[in-house]
Order: sequence, then C-alpha cells, then structure tokens
Amino acid sequence: METASGLFFSLVPLIVFLPVLGLLINMAFGGRMGEKAIGAVASLAAGGAFVVSLLLAYSLSVHPETVIVPFAEWIHIGTLQLDWAFRVDTLSVVMMLVVSGVGTLIHIYAVGYMHEDVRFKGDEKRFRRFFVFLNLFIAMMMILVSGDSYMMLFVGWEGVGLCSFLLIGFWYEMDTLGRPSFANSNAAKKAFITNRVGDFGFILAAFIIFWAFGSFQFDEVFAKVPEIAHAAPWVIVAVTLLMVVGVAGKSAQIPLFVWLPDAMAGPTPVSALIHAATMVTAGVYLIVRSAPLFSVNHSVQFFVSMLGAATALFAATIAAGQYDIKKVLAYSTISQLGFMVAAAGMGAYVAAIFHLATHAFFKALLFLDAGSIILGMERGHHHLAHGHGDSHGEVFDPGDMRNMGGLREKMKVSYWLYLIGALALAGIFPLAGFWSKDEILLDAYKHYPTVYWMLTVAAFLTAFYMGRQIWMVFFGKPRTEVAAHAEESPRIMTVPLMVLATLSVLGGLLNMATILGFTLPGSHLLTEWLGHTLGEAEAGELNLIVAGLSTLFALLAIYFSWLIYGKKPLATGQLDPLKKPLGPVFFGMEHKWFIDEAYQFLFINPYRAISRFLADKVDWAFWHDWFHDTVIAGGYNWISQVLLNEYADQRGIDAFANALGSGTKRLSAMMRVWQNGFVRTYALTLLVGVIAILGYLLLK
Amino acid sequence: MVPVSYYLVVSAIMFSIGAMGVLIRRNALVVFMSVELMLNAGNLAFVAFARMHNTFSGQLFVFFVMTVAAAEVAVGLALIVTIFRTKNSINLDQMNSLKG
Amino acid sequence: MTMDMFVFLILALVAVGSAVGLLISRNGIYAALNLVLNFMTVAIFYLLLGAPFIALSQVTVYAGAIMVLFLFVIMLLGADKLAPTSVLSYQRVSAYVLGGLLLAEIGYWIWRGALTGVITPPPADFNLMSNIQEMSMLLFSQYLLPFEVTSILLLAAMIGAIVLTIKQKGGRD
Repeated sequence: METASGLFFSLVPLIVFLPVLGLLINMAFGGRMGEKAIGAVASLAAGGAFVVSLLLAYSLSVHPETVIVPFAEWIHIGTLQLDWAFRVDTLSVVMMLVVSGVGTLIHIYAVGYMHEDVRFKGDEKRFRRFFVFLNLFIAMMMILVSGDSYMMLFVGWEGVGLCSFLLIGFWYEMDTLGRPSFANSNAAKKAFITNRVGDFGFILAAFIIFWAFGSFQFDEVFAKVPEIAHAAPWVIVAVTLLMVVGVAGKSAQIPLFVWLPDAMAGPTPVSALIHAATMVTAGVYLIVRSAPLFSVNHSVQFFVSMLGAATALFAATIAAGQYDIKKVLAYSTISQLGFMVAAAGMGAYVAAIFHLATHAFFKALLFLDAGSIILGMERGHHHLAHGHGDSHGEVFDPGDMRNMGGLREKMKVSYWLYLIGALALAGIFPLAGFWSKDEILLDAYKHYPTVYWMLTVAAFLTAFYMGRQIWMVFFGKPRTEVAAHAEESPRIMTVPLMVLATLSVLGGLLNMATILGFTLPGSHLLTEWLGHTLGEAEAGELNLIVAGLSTLFALLAIYFSWLIYGKKPLATGQLDPLKKPLGPVFFGMEHKWFIDEAYQFLFINPYRAISRFLADKVDWAFWHDWFHDTVIAGGYNWISQVLLNEYADQRGIDAFANALGSGTKRLSAMMRVWQNGFVRTYALTLLVGVIAILGYLLLK
Repeated sequence: MVPVSYYLVVSAIMFSIGAMGVLIRRNALVVFMSVELMLNAGNLAFVAFARMHNTFSGQLFVFFVMTVAAAEVAVGLALIVTIFRTKNSINLDQMNSLKG
Repeated sequence: MTMDMFVFLILALVAVGSAVGLLISRNGIYAALNLVLNFMTVAIFYLLLGAPFIALSQVTVYAGAIMVLFLFVIMLLGADKLAPTSVLSYQRVSAYVLGGLLLAEIGYWIWRGALTGVITPPPADFNLMSNIQEMSMLLFSQYLLPFEVTSILLLAAMIGAIVLTIKQKGGRD
C-alpha cells in the first residue's frame, strides 16, 4: 500500500494531532486567552481535522483502495508486532467525516452554550477545561476510527471512555440543578464502570484473536478467517460474542445501557457529541469493521440483531414515559443504537453506517436544540429571579417538560429546528431518517421477520414520543412563569443547528434508494463507497410495502400523540394523561422498568456487602487484628521474649556464663582447703611430689 | 673394705628420718634440726661418692654445703626468734596466717 | 666380718638411733643433743671414707657452731615441751608412709646401682696425707668463684640475722 503521489494520505496523522495541538494550546495559554479565543482554537482544531478528512475522502475517491500509513512502532515482543498505523479506507473516512464534521459544529455551539452555563453554575474559570476535554475526545475518537488493528482501536475505545467520564462529571461537585451533591460524579463513575464491563469483553475478544490469528492487525486477521472458521468455528463465535459484550457497553445495548440516561448529567454539548453522535456509535463501527468475523456465523448474527431489536423496543417504551427533555432523547438514542446494532447484526452494514450518519445529524440537532431550550428556560428563570428579587434558593428544573409549554412563541428558531429534527427521527418522508430507517426495515423484512416487527413497533413508539415531546414543549400555554419568560438563544448557538437541520433534511441523498425501479444518478452513494471496504452489498430498493407501512405507522403515532397531548394541552400540574389508562404499564415506563433498582439489588448491593465483608472482617478483623497482632506480633514477641530471652539467653547463655563463674568459685572453694596455712601440710605435699618424681624416674 | 653402697643406705635412712621429722614435729626448732639432718645425709652421700670416684670435688662440695648450712641456720634462727617475739610460740601449727 | 665392717655397723646403728631419737624426743634439748651425737658419728664416717678435713670441719662447724646456736635459741625461747594437738591428724601416718616410701625408692635405686655396676668399689690406693693440700689446691683454683661467693653469702647471712632481730628504738640484741 504505497501513498499515491498527489494525494493526501500522508496527512492522516493530522486528524489526531490537530485536536491534540488544540488542547495543548488551550491548556498552556488558556488562562491568558479569553473565552472567544479558547473556543476558536478548539473549533479550529476540530475543523482542521474535518478538512483533513475531506482531503482524505477526496484522495480515496481517486484511489479507492485501502491505504495504510504507518506512524510509529509500539510493541514488539516475541510474536507480537504492534504498530500505530493509520488506516485510510472508505469506512474509516466516513466515520472520520461524521465525527469531525458534527464535532466541529458542536464545538461552535458549545462556545455559546458554555458561556452561559458556566455563569449559571457559577464557575467561569472552568470554560477552558471543557474545550480541552472536548478536543481530547475528538483526538481519541479519531484514533479509534483510524486504527489499523484491534489494539489501536482499543486505545481509542478506552480514550473516549475516559473523556466521557471527564465530561459527564464536568460539574462534579453538583447535580444537574446546581445543588452541591455527588450526583454528577456518581453518574460519571457509573458510565465508566459500566463501560469497563464492556471493555472486559472486548479485551478478552482481542486476546483470543491474537491467540488464534496471531495478530491484531485487521487485514491479517480477516485473511485467516476462512481457515479458522473451518478449523475451529467456536473461536470465531467466542470472539464475536465477547465483542458484543463490548458493544453492549459502549453502544448502550441491553444489559449495559444504564449509564447513558445518567450521562445526561453532563452539559448538553457533551450529550450531543459523545452520547448521541459519536462515542456510542463506536460499538456499531466495531461490528461493521469486524464484518468478516460476524458474517461467518448465522446464529451469532441472529443473536446480535435480536439484541439490537430488543434494545430498540425496550428503550422506546421507556422514552415515552420520561418527563426530562434530555432523558427522552437519551432513551431515544439507545433505541436508535438498537436499530443500528440490529442492522449490523443482520449483515446490513451499509444500512447501519447510513443510519449512523443520519442519526448523528438529527440527534445532535435535537440535543443541541434541547440545550438551547434548557438555557432559554434558565434565562427566563434568572430574568424572573432578578426581576422579583428572590434568591435562587428554590429548586427549579429547567429540563422538566412539565415546566415548559408554549415555547413555540418564545423560541421560534429553536422550535422550527426541533421540529425538523423530530420529524427526521420519526422517519417521515423525505427527511434523512426515513431513508436510513427504511433500509434497515427493508433488510429485516427480507431476512428476519421477528426483527422487522420489533423494529416497526419501536419506530411507532419513536414517532409517538417525539410527537409527545413536541406537543408538551412547544404547544399549549406555558405551564410555569419561567416558561412564559423564556428567551431565544444567540446566533452562535442557532447557526450550527441550522447546518445540522439542513443535513437532517438532505441526508437521505447519501444513499438514495432505487425508487420504483428508477435509479436516480447519485443513488447508492454510500453503498458503493463502502463497497470498496465491505464488499458488495445489496443495493437498497424502495419497497413500497415496507416504506408505506413505516410511514403509515409514523403518522398514526403522531396522530395518537396529538390526540393525547396536543388536542387538549397539558395544564399546570396536571398528571400525564396516559397515567390512568395505562396504569401500571405507564408506571413502569416512567420508572425505566426499575432496571437500575434491579441492578442495585442484584449486583451492587452484594458487591458492596462482599467488599465490606472483606474489608472489615477479612482485612481488619482477621488479617490486622488477629493475624498481625496475635500471630505475627504475638509470635514475634513470643520468640523474642520467651524463646530467645528466657530460654536461649537467660537459661542458656547466661546460665552457662554464670555457671562458669560459680563453678570457678566452687572449685576454688574446694581447692582453698589445701591452703590451710600449716607449714607441715606444705612439707607433706612437697615430699609427695618428690617421691612421685623419684618414682617416675625409677620406673623409667 | 666397706662397700660404698652401705654408706649410701645409711645416708638414705638418715634422709628419710629427717624428712619424717620435718613432717611430724611441730616445734619449729626441731623441724629445723631435722632439716640439718637431711643436709647431713646428703653430705655423707657426697663424700661416699667422692671416695668411690677417687676425686676431691665431692669433699669440696660438702665444704660448701656446710658453709651454706651455717648461714642458713643463722638467718633461720633469727627468723624464729623474731616470730617468737610476735606470736610468743614456736608451734608451727600456730603460724597459719597464710591460710587461704 | 672385718674390723671395718664391725666398726661401720656400730657407728651406723648409733647414727640411725640418734636420728630416730631426734625424731621422737619430746624435749627440744634432747633432740638437739641427739643431733649432736649424729653429727659426731657422721664425722667418724667421714674419717673412714678418707676425708679428714671434712670430718674435722663437721665437728667444728656443725656440731660446734651450729648446734650451739641451736641450743642457745632453744634455751632462749624455752621450747621445751609442746602439747600434742589434734590438728592434722593424718599427718603422722602419712609421714610414716611417705618416709617409708622414700626410703624404699632410694634403697631400690642404690640396689640397682650396685647391681648394674654404677657403684663401684673404691680404688685401694689413695693418698690420705695430702688430703688438705689437694683440697686447697682445688679450692683456690677451680672453685675460687664459689669460694668468694660463699663469703658474700656469709656476710649476707650475718647482716640478715642482725637486721631481723634488732629492736628499733635503740634496742640491742
């Protein structure tokens, strides 16, 4: 794979290093730059990455084959040869474009949003930190999508997990309403830990890949798939299922989706960028990238698509019962991710990526617009508070839809943009969501009927809850004073939204389907584009039955939502009209089917009990108190005092030394008897000696 | 001619008796006299041997022994007198100040 | 038995007898007198052995001077009788035993010497008359140093005896 001349492949490292440069500049000099400068640096860094991605896309259009740009050596141990190389192929460039494009727009929006948010929360100095983290995220996401091996992908995977943690817990000392609390930091922890469970699956999959295939590098792995599939098919099943665990964590599928709704604690640009448009799509990217591994085993594919469909349906039911504007969107994201995972599971990789792109457009739009609405409510709140002179002591939730109403008049631009986004999400012809969702439904209809029906119901609910949201937020009379005083957002925020709205409308052109046998020029763009990497895919054809049914259901859903929420707009303090008719079902929907409570009971409490047991009983009571004090300290004391001191030293050595002394005394006392002072005794002794000597001489 | 060995036997007997006297008697003076007896026995042996070897060295030696004995007696008796002055007795058994 | 032998035996008996008398006399005077008798007998022995000078010096020095000195001191100190004590009860017995042992050893030695020819009979010819001449020639030539040293010894003894017995505050003895 050589770099063709005249093309821009060698620029690819810049997609990572421009954001890095941006964050370094902001870190080093941010203190002295103003807010505008910080925002400009960060947005230019992201924008630069987008420009480079465009250049790469252009280069690929000329030279569509995959180009690998080696960058640095990393690990070379034994048979493990792992390098940092950038992979420029059609799939990764699509991801790069989406991430950097939507990312740049969000950066620009965030300049305006954070300007107000840091003032509402009371810490202006934190502005810079936000953009440092945001640039870091772009860099990490770029590493993820441009990696040439599973390990590089994992580096980015972990990196975006870290940035998610940092950004969710941005206001770490308070909760979403600004009160001092652990709520935000707990949400960040929850995200990180739940992701970790997924990462565990991913890492095991990576290890098995290395063990079975001998390499982490994509090309080398995919080349050996037929051989391994023939020899040991269970290896591939294990790898793919473990990867799905990772996907469930990162892309919020059942059972690891619980972190995403809590992640709404972060500022809205974070929710838009990370938890709607880009990070959560990393799991989908992983499956699409590993297409050769997944395509081999049909049971795995069925499982993945059922998982995605189940998640889509499940999350949609919860979304219909939420009151917080961002929570509705969060569950909607989980649901749409379920669509994407189902598509990837079915083998409709192009459809999955298509939906990924269009979803990025309209979900980012919806989130950012929701942020605009929340800020509008905050502005109204402050306006009121200052005007009436009361303190901010009262707790007011600007995100609660029950406090809104009639914002269509106060925030016109936000209203129209939100409407476009909602219609795109609901899948109304001819907005972008229609085309991408339709392609998924088509593939399901053809190959997996169960999945098709589940997704259709989910689509029905999607349209329903979006309609509900629109009626509750924008129509009717303002239900609180604050809503009555809401103010529109400044242009720095609304202009990026307009760009996103345009993309949401026109996004369908990315992969236009064949309509009634007519293939318009520019159709199947994405299919052809991705075909270079993923191989030939079925060209999407507009099936009237599928398209008609989905449109019908969507319109029906909107009608129902109007019947319930729009015809007779909600009054102040009125309970949700669905509460009585649906009764316990609605109760479950409202309370997210008590999943978090179940996890608390099943996993977290036992875990805490075990750790407390280990800490108190095992560590302190047993280890410290008993073992250390009794066994070790006691044993040591026994050895030193009893054994050594008493026995060895006193009774042994001392006794011996003393015995020597007393023995000598006794001996000398015995011998002193000889010295009786009598001369005659001495004379006797003398004579004895003489005789002895004489005798000796005699006998010699 | 009396064989030389007879003289030696007599000398031996005298020597043993003198030794016994040193051990048995408690009177310091008598002990001293026993010592003189032992010396005398030695002298006799000397002279006997001188006769046997037909030299005069033995006799000359006896001469010296006698001289030394005289000196020794003088000093020894002076000592005994001095001791008598302090202890007022010449009982050897009473002179046990060196008792350990 | 020749005349020599007869005289010798008598004299030997007297010598041993007086020695035993010295050993057992209770009285100090008697002991001293016994010793004098012994000295006399030994002097006669010397004569028999052909050492007239020594014999006469024995009588003069030993019996004459030394024993007189002894008698003086005995008289001076009044060491007549001493009561028997019970201290060192084993002394007597061990003294007898050891004395006997010593005698036995020396006797054995002599007997062996006589047997092996170490003790030879003296030559028959020797000059009795030139005894003193011979002795003095030896004395003043070969044994001059011991002679002079002996004189110093006597001096020392004299001084010692005086020093030991002198009374400090102008007392004279």
